Amino acid sequence: MTTAVHPLRRPRARIRAASAARYAALIAGSAVMVLPFLYMLSTSFKSQTYVLSIPPQFVPHPATTANYSAAWASDDFARYFVNSLVVAICTTTLSLLLSSMMAYGFARFRFRGRELLYRLLLLGLMIPAMMLIIPQFVLAKYLGLIDSLTGLVVFYVAGSLPLNTFLLRGFFAAIPVELEQAMRVDGAGAWSRYRRLILPLAKPALATATIFTFLASWDEFAWSLTIITTPSKQTLPLAISLFQGQNSTLWNLVFAASVIAVLPVIAVFLIFQRYFVQGLTSGAVKG
Amino acid sequence: MTTHLDSEAAPHTGAAGHPPAKDRPAIGGRLRIRPPQGGRRRNSATQGGAARTALTFIAPGFLLFAALIIYPMVKAFQMSFYDWNVVAGAASDFTGFHNYVKAYHDPVFWRAAANSAVYMALTVPPQVVLGLLVAMLLNNKAPGRALFRVLFYLPVVTSWVVVSLLFQYLFADSGLVNWMLHDVTHLTAKPTPWLAGRWTGMAVVSALGVWKGVGWSMMIFLAALQGVPKELMESAAMDGAGPWRRFRAVTLPAVRPAAVFVTVMLVIGGFNVFTSVLLVTGGGPADSTQVLLTYMYQQAFKNLDFGYGSAIAVLLTLLVFVLSMIQLRVFRDEPEEAA
Repeated sequence: MTTAVHPLRRPRARIRAASAARYAALIAGSAVMVLPFLYMLSTSFKSQTYVLSIPPQFVPHPATTANYSAAWASDDFARYFVNSLVVAICTTTLSLLLSSMMAYGFARFRFRGRELLYRLLLLGLMIPAMMLIIPQFVLAKYLGLIDSLTGLVVFYVAGSLPLNTFLLRGFFAAIPVELEQAMRVDGAGAWSRYRRLILPLAKPALATATIFTFLASWDEFAWSLTIITTPSKQTLPLAISLFQGQNSTLWNLVFAASVIAVLPVIAVFLIFQRYFVQGLTSGAVKG
Repeated sequence: MTTHLDSEAAPHTGAAGHPPAKDRPAIGGRLRIRPPQGGRRRNSATQGGAARTALTFIAPGFLLFAALIIYPMVKAFQMSFYDWNVVAGAASDFTGFHNYVKAYHDPVFWRAAANSAVYMALTVPPQVVLGLLVAMLLNNKAPGRALFRVLFYLPVVTSWVVVSLLFQYLFADSGLVNWMLHDVTHLTAKPTPWLAGRWTGMAVVSALGVWKGVGWSMMIFLAALQGVPKELMESAAMDGAGPWRRFRAVTLPAVRPAAVFVTVMLVIGGFNVFTSVLLVTGGGPADSTQVLLTYMYQQAFKNLDFGYGSAIAVLLTLLVFVLSMIQLRVFRDEPEEAA
């Protein structure tokens, strides 16, 4: 099929009308999705006077980048950005290492209790993170992990393990066993098969898990709100929400900081779109 | 998938300290030249070896998971039966079902539960219907399809914090929405104080939920629609079935499993609404827009009543679990349902 429409026997005018209606609906819908972001971007370049003016300013005039320099330098958002980056990178690295090891163990070995362990792990997919926040706080306090970036990373990693292991296990299991047997014949042990065969072949699944984990920890809010008290240890979402709470009318600054927080996400999403779709659908198809 | 390598043991594990015997697995495993008795013994030994190897892969992650996820699950249940003392080391009083009885007699708890249900009712059906609609509009090779997909998915990847603040700004008293409704179209006689009332506040939070979630259900439905055979559509059209008949007879049965998945996930997600309510309305004014999780959070971390907060968390978990089971059963009654 080369044309945009179905090769059904309909009058050409009707086909064209249907196609136009389809595009009109799509454009209207995506405008609703995107315009709030554009308005936010616009406000981030406004000076304070025009932030809530009636009628609203759509194109900032006069446009200023003062909000960005203020947010980045004097309001310490550079530090929050680094904190977020460190937390997200450490979380992703650790989670990918641990979940790929678990996935390999579950996919390629048969042993007593395997099903039970795997089911327990999948239980973690069903229990939403917020339900555990009170006992996790008590536990973090006991372990001395309160008010530290380590406390964020450790709990983010634990929370991300079920989904990543589930995702990777499915992919590992689909890798032909014969390849591994050939390596075994050559004397390669389990670790070397995991490192030299499974991981390289599973790059697409690892990419999917990487993106989901990175974005989840980059965007996480509730846990950091609960355990972080020192301002210099805040991550971006926490810092933005607290900043807005204290300066409820400085929307231009709030949104300059928000744009700083959102841009990496959008970049990652645009570059790795393909893996998003794979990750989402593997959950749906098997779910 | 789990065939040979599973039952056969891994020949050696570096971690367990066995010397790597290069020739042994090949001979023992494949050529069957070993004597039967010795073979059996070796076999059982290597079975144990496989378990050991598997556990060295699984243990680090699983121990972390058990300590930080499973243990808190049990702990939440236990804490809900105590008047939990926040001070470290201090004893907590076992109070039986007191926290649950307290919830039963707490009007704010019931209002929060009602608000959670309202949020679910206002967000789940639109996300399913609009998600399917957009997916069907996008389900052809029309130019621009990839672009539209990205645009609809953009809110999904953006952090809840940012979009919550954005909606608070859009629905401010002199914000963009009031400007459009009042100054431009004159639909409202005066600017609506959206965040100053229970139902308008819930409407804003729900609108945010739908806006942020449509892209996700769209993606799931798009994947499901790939599985609809083109020939089936065409032959249905040849037989004179109109668009509505084709939708009912061909599309709907094909996307049914995806719809079940989406609905169950969205119901769970609906009861988990937290960040948007906390940041858009703060549960106010006067607790009128509290949902279960914001109320739980307030009880635990503002009032420091960890026991009561845990009881609310346990009740919510049970509710979500029961609802998911009911949904799966209801949907399963249909003959097409495969999963």
